[in-house]
Amino acid sequence: MAWIWPRITNVLDRLNPYLRKLPVWAIYLSGVLPPMVWLWMGVTGRLGVEPISALEHKLGEAALQLLILGLAVTPLRRYLGLNLMKFRRAIGVLAFSYLSMHLLVWLVLDVQIPQQIWADIVKRPYITVGMAGFLLLLPPALTSNNFSVRRLGPKWRSVHRLVYAGVVLGGLHYLMLAKGFQIEPLIYLTIIGVLLLLRLQKQRKRQPGLPGPRNGLKEV
Amino acid sequence: MAHRWKNDLSHGDVTPEHVYLNRRQVIAGLTGAGLAVAADPLSAETLEPNSWEEITTYNNFYEFGTGKEDPAKYAHLMETDPWSVKIDGLVDKPGDYNFQDILSEMTVEERIYRFRCVEAWSMIVPWNGFELADLLAMAGVQDGAKYVAFETLLRPSEMPGTAYRTIDWPYREGLRLDEAMHPLTIIATGIYGKPIPNQNGAPLRLVVPWKYGFKSIKSIVRITLTDNEPPTSWSTLIPGEYGFYSNVNPKVDHPRWSQASERRIGGGLFSKRQPTLMFNGYEDEVASLYDGMDLAKNY
Repeated sequence: MAWIWPRITNVLDRLNPYLRKLPVWAIYLSGVLPPMVWLWMGVTGRLGVEPISALEHKLGEAALQLLILGLAVTPLRRYLGLNLMKFRRAIGVLAFSYLSMHLLVWLVLDVQIPQQIWADIVKRPYITVGMAGFLLLLPPALTSNNFSVRRLGPKWRSVHRLVYAGVVLGGLHYLMLAKGFQIEPLIYLTIIGVLLLLRLQKQRKRQPGLPGPRNGLKEV
Repeated sequence: MAHRWKNDLSHGDVTPEHVYLNRRQVIAGLTGAGLAVAADPLSAETLEPNSWEEITTYNNFYEFGTGKEDPAKYAHLMETDPWSVKIDGLVDKPGDYNFQDILSEMTVEERIYRFRCVEAWSMIVPWNGFELADLLAMAGVQDGAKYVAFETLLRPSEMPGTAYRTIDWPYREGLRLDEAMHPLTIIATGIYGKPIPNQNGAPLRLVVPWKYGFKSIKSIVRITLTDNEPPTSWSTLIPGEYGFYSNVNPKVDHPRWSQASERRIGGGLFSKRQPTLMFNGYEDEVASLYDGMDLAKNY
């Protein structure tokens, strides 16, 4: 099996020059399209007979997937040599946009009744957890711009570590709303767990006085 | 013993429209004349059954997967012919009853019922079926029987969803004997006059319209009369969320969501929620079954 590894990293490494040429706006554009298509499908009866839940679930699941992709950027570069760093902000901003639309569909199309919204947030643990996740992701989303990076300096990193907790709450939210023993939320939570553990490992290696081993890849 | 109960829901989309409109005018006229109809708020409802597509493409049947579209996609894998139902326990004539033999003994009639899922969505379904009481009478219920237990088919080779232990298969449900004998409780074998599709519980399923949908167990292979409350799938899996009774009750919330309102399937993306009715609108017919019971405790 050991011979497979260099081949994978080799193939991924060859992708990097193409990725470098891909403009960031292309990521934003391709991210904006799916929700527009889903909305159109929902309005025209192409999302099944219960389009509200369908739209809500599609947006929520896509938000979680994008958050996980954002979390994977560093490990992908570190362990597989695939460099998506240039797109990380776009991935994060899109994830938060999907999450906001997910929340908006829940508020406006699903629950509808204003008194019910607050009652649900307080009384229903899966909604409490989901809302907490959204609030944790709000500061990183608002500071995903060059101005904030300059302004906040070293604090910017701390603000963006909120993403770790936010993603965990997102995965938990999915697990808690599933009826019975369902496999998909567990898969998401496992991936999130692995991605966070890889970070923990990296940080331990970076303790002062113990310069972490470099794997020959340039930090961007 | 058929035809003990009459529909109060309209059948607008299968009845020719001019006849349907006339009927509504008749009801309006009666109300205007101050007749008893005015006392029944349900007569004012202009409920029409959901479409065949809505009823047959949005289902919960976890044996075929947990997605709402999974049953429509995979339920065709289930072989429903031949089919027999084992009726056992406290009955005079226990045994395996062939489905066709059962059907030839029963009077099938149409029942247009509200169907309220515990997940807070609902439909109106024009079922065809017979009263469970008639089937139980056929097997002869013995004196000591107090409960009826039901079991769904478990055939993993034809049910991809059973590869995961989402619940402890086979799916089990149960009713108190008086609930089972109630004239509203039917065994459905058809929808819109057609044989019931597999995803809706072919070839025969329970329909208890005043309880949450999961009580209306599908594709039944066993009916057992017992003197003890039988274990039921959801109440065994998550006792804090699902009880034995599971009567539709807007005042008793599911711990994870409110049961005060529901969304009728078919309203599209901008569908409005509507208030959920006590016992799903069958309060007059069934409330007396639960006299003196604390419905918040016996949820």
